[in-house]
Amino acid sequence: MSAPNKSYDPVEVEALKPEAVEQARDEAVAAFAAATTLDELKQAKVAHTGDRSALSLANREIGALPPHAKAAAGKLIGQARGAVNQALAKRQAELEAERDARVLVEEAVDVTLPYDRTPRGARHPLTTMAERIEDTFVAMGYQVAEGPEVEAEWLNFDALNLGPDHPARSMQDTFFVQAPDGSADSGVVLRTQTSPVQARTLLDREPPVYVICPGRVYRTDELDATHTPVFRQVEGLAVDEGITFADLKGTIEQLVSTLIGDGLELRWRPSYFPFTEPSAEIDLQCFVCRGESVGDPDRPCRTCSSEGWIELGGCGVVNPRVLVACGVDPNRYSGFAFGLGLERILMNRHNVADMRDMVEGDIRFTLPFGMEI
Amino acid sequence: MRVPLSWLREYVDLPAGETGRDVAERLVRAGLEVETVEQIGTDLKGPLVVGQVLSIEELSGFKKPIRHCFVNVGDANGTGEPQEIVCGATNFAVGDKVVVVLPGAVLPGPFPIAARKTYGRTSAGMICSARELGMGDDHNGIIVLPPEYEPGTDAIELLQLVDEVLDIAVTPDRGYCLSMRGVAREAAAAYGLPLADPALLDVPPANSYGYLVKVADPAGCDRFVARTVVGLDPAAKSPIWLQRRLQKSGIRPISLAVDITNYVMLEVGQPLHAYDKQRVDGPILVRRAEEGETLTTLDGVERKLSAEDLLICDNSGPIGLAGVMGGASTEILDPAAGPGTTEVIIEAAHFDPVAIARGAKRHKLPSEASKRFERGVDPEAARAAAQRAVDLLVLIAGGTAEAGVTDIAAPHPVRTITIAADLPDRVAGTGYGRETVTRRLQEIGCSVAGADILEVTPPTWRPDLTDPYDLAEEVIRLEGYDNVPSRMPTVPPGSGLTEAQRIHRRTGVALAGAGYVEVNTYPFLGQAAFEALGLEPEDRRRRTVKLVNPLNDEEPELRTTLLPGLLGALRRNVGRGNTDLAVFETGTVFLPKDELSVAPRPAVDRRPSDEELAALDAALPDQPRRIAVALTGERLPSGWWGKGAPAGWADAVEAGRTVARAAGVELTVRQGQLAPWHPGRCAELLVAGTDRVVGHAGELHPRVVKALGLPARTSAMEIDLDLLTADGAERVSGPVVSGFPVATQDVALIVDAAVPAAEVEAALRSGAGELLEAIRLFDVFTGEQVGEGKKSLAYALRFRATDRTLTADEASAAREAAVAEAVARTGAVLRGA
Repeated sequence: MSAPNKSYDPVEVEALKPEAVEQARDEAVAAFAAATTLDELKQAKVAHTGDRSALSLANREIGALPPHAKAAAGKLIGQARGAVNQALAKRQAELEAERDARVLVEEAVDVTLPYDRTPRGARHPLTTMAERIEDTFVAMGYQVAEGPEVEAEWLNFDALNLGPDHPARSMQDTFFVQAPDGSADSGVVLRTQTSPVQARTLLDREPPVYVICPGRVYRTDELDATHTPVFRQVEGLAVDEGITFADLKGTIEQLVSTLIGDGLELRWRPSYFPFTEPSAEIDLQCFVCRGESVGDPDRPCRTCSSEGWIELGGCGVVNPRVLVACGVDPNRYSGFAFGLGLERILMNRHNVADMRDMVEGDIRFTLPFGMEI
Repeated sequence: MRVPLSWLREYVDLPAGETGRDVAERLVRAGLEVETVEQIGTDLKGPLVVGQVLSIEELSGFKKPIRHCFVNVGDANGTGEPQEIVCGATNFAVGDKVVVVLPGAVLPGPFPIAARKTYGRTSAGMICSARELGMGDDHNGIIVLPPEYEPGTDAIELLQLVDEVLDIAVTPDRGYCLSMRGVAREAAAAYGLPLADPALLDVPPANSYGYLVKVADPAGCDRFVARTVVGLDPAAKSPIWLQRRLQKSGIRPISLAVDITNYVMLEVGQPLHAYDKQRVDGPILVRRAEEGETLTTLDGVERKLSAEDLLICDNSGPIGLAGVMGGASTEILDPAAGPGTTEVIIEAAHFDPVAIARGAKRHKLPSEASKRFERGVDPEAARAAAQRAVDLLVLIAGGTAEAGVTDIAAPHPVRTITIAADLPDRVAGTGYGRETVTRRLQEIGCSVAGADILEVTPPTWRPDLTDPYDLAEEVIRLEGYDNVPSRMPTVPPGSGLTEAQRIHRRTGVALAGAGYVEVNTYPFLGQAAFEALGLEPEDRRRRTVKLVNPLNDEEPELRTTLLPGLLGALRRNVGRGNTDLAVFETGTVFLPKDELSVAPRPAVDRRPSDEELAALDAALPDQPRRIAVALTGERLPSGWWGKGAPAGWADAVEAGRTVARAAGVELTVRQGQLAPWHPGRCAELLVAGTDRVVGHAGELHPRVVKALGLPARTSAMEIDLDLLTADGAERVSGPVVSGFPVATQDVALIVDAAVPAAEVEAALRSGAGELLEAIRLFDVFTGEQVGEGKKSLAYALRFRATDRTLTADEASAAREAAVAEAVARTGAVLRGA
């Protein structure tokens, strides 16, 4: 660097000549543009903006200029450097973008690779079906009631108007529990229906009573495609002032609409249950053939066996004798009750052909049902 | 009850075009469960005609007898020439009338008939058996018709081969529908048509010279009608129409007298019995059996009688099990085997339903008669039924009805039911009005008097109608359930699921979320299951609830643990090729109480007393809800991402924690020992802060694994949910979330190998104090460096204060305090110190 010199004209400083500055600037810009990699750009950066670059050297000469010349020279160099830095930043950004794009391409993976690393679980569809029905009724204001599976005969039969010699008692093939002396006279059975929970509820609570009782029940049927000795029912009971058959119909229609959907006809078939009077069987129009397979041998329907109807369950107005046995005043209160077989609903709603699949515990059956149904 | 439509039309003039399905639909809506409508003879096509056998040539040289016949079929074959037919039956002779199917016809199957060469002859048609025509299972040769039919007569019409049969499952309250009379009454009501009641017959009044009958037990037998017919042709056979009606109704024709009693039973619902009068020794006596008496029934079985059995007796002793089955000694004789019966006594009695039901059950003899008596028979139909049988015997077998009419009747009080005329309206929730109610009750045979309050006398065939609600039901069903409006009840606001119900759901969701698949197994097992689990003979879990009538004699007991069923499901899955398995089940187990008792049977005309209710519950086993898992194979599978992890004891223990977390309960784990678990790999699960053991988890004992045929290292967990949640879920208190930085310090401690990690961690926690935010065991190391019988446990401790940034000194001080506590409690040595 030259020492301060007041004796000669600044224009005499070669490096500060505008032509020289412009040339240095242009060379730098051209070098940046020519760099094709970030490394090349880095070298060009050192060459054209480093301490030993033309513009840096020129800049140092400014200090030696007479004061009056410093401003003009400073401006000249500053503008040149500004242009160079801008060009550098621009190229830097361009090359970085190119690099990033390249790296991301290199990092690409096969996102279709299977990832069954976390084991999948599922709840049994009968469990979730029961919950769905419970939820429907809980939303209406019902409570869920439960009771024991090994049950007193009195609660399973007698309290429900099924006396010891009632012919309906043989309709339900009952598992009897051994008495302490080994005989059959224990007065205890595996419940054949969830109805004893109704009786327990009425014995426990003052009306109004609106409960839904899901649970396992037992009958001495051999396991086959459409029977299982252990199966599930959901029973509903409403006891209040002024309950009628019309309330029962409305409630069942609401349930069917929620559970299965609208647009299918229901058939109310008079039937007989000792604990209800009047009693009805509820049939749902077959949602597969909609009754069109009936009497048409060319179009057999597996779902309804070409009957056109699917049995949903039984129901009726609670027999006043049941109310009496449970300590409810039949002159003040009336009620309705219904019972649905969950296996059959599951078979129909989800096209399950064989009931054995529901009891054997094969995970291939259960897994597709997931956590809810 | 099988109801041929052609027969039904005899009592109700149904519209001509009405099909069996149409009628079934109406009856179903009136409450008769029509299970099927069988189409008989739909695939049958003639010509099928009466033929007379002109000649028979026995062909020889074949494995069975073969006949070459010429049969006169009138003009039915178009030529009037004898028809050449080869036949394999031998039960006919020249001159017999038979049923001939001609070429071009189609028999049920369908089997098209054509002329063909067989056994070296031409067979232009077939002589038919009952089975070939779809008339029943009788295949004792071909049908031989009575001689009165002309050759060439159409046999399809003659044999009534085309019909529809409604098969009705009759509910226990509708005994009267076990008869054509009852079904016809329902059909008449459903169609609004009049009924031709087959029980409306002229019957001569009772007199004193009928067969002598004495009823010693009027409670068991409140009606006994006896009639006698003499001079019968023992060779007389049931006419075709009668046989066909029986066949279509599912009853096999046997002999004329028996067929007639069966026919009348089907027609009017009154079971009858026919005795060979000459084999009955003196007067008939109805009484209960004496213990030790025996009776050989019609089926040839000698039966030991009990004192409750209701008997028909003569001077020789019992001759029939009343209402259930007759005795062999007075049976109608088969004319083929001897002289045959020429005089009969017809019994039309009414027995106590309970006595008959118990008798049929005791002797395992559910008969057509007992089925009807159990459900209630019309006592007033007895005389008409006996008359009908007498008439048919006279008509068909040429007998003479004797003038004596025995009719012993215990007085029957007239049952009258008082019902408010608007009760059906109130039960149904609609408005029928008094006139409709009265009309409908009259339709089912009631007599009705009164206005707002009706006095209703039900018909004698409806013993099921006993109270006003029975009558309301009749009105509502006849008016049609479809015509009852729909309405939603006003349900008071509910409070949703209980806490226990929520927990049950959450635990299932949590396990499924952790990769377990739910199964539902049967709760039946036998002691072999406990053997396989390696339970000691005195293990409490071997005390079970036992069934009197198990489905499988090997499994007569109810589960006291979920494991046998669950492990069975696991094995089944393994057997089906699913190797990596994690399953769970939730359900009740059945634990007998210490004090066993018998459940009482309180009266049902009032609420039982609290003592009675307590006694009911005391007789039941404890039935806690359990939840259990079992797992085998890879818990985390290997894959392109790297190695997986096998399922093991730790997964089973973690499943217990998962359940507890879902239940909102903190669990303490400690070393345990219980079959069927591996003695060194069994965890006892306790509710934290208590000594309440709620379950066990770990790897199964290798012997158990082997005994059950499970893969090695199969692991399992079982928790009693009721015990786990006995205190309810703890309500979570919102934590203070500190925004100050965390200070992490690691510490490795060497302890005796036998020291449980849980104790070391508990000591560190307690020593570290409030500043400790979290602690995590990140390594367990054994080896030379730590010395034999020792293990190194490496923990990461995270310290944080809620109100300031911790200094390095503060964190270190907390760490040292933690270590000091561990040293003090567990004899730990700081590694590297």
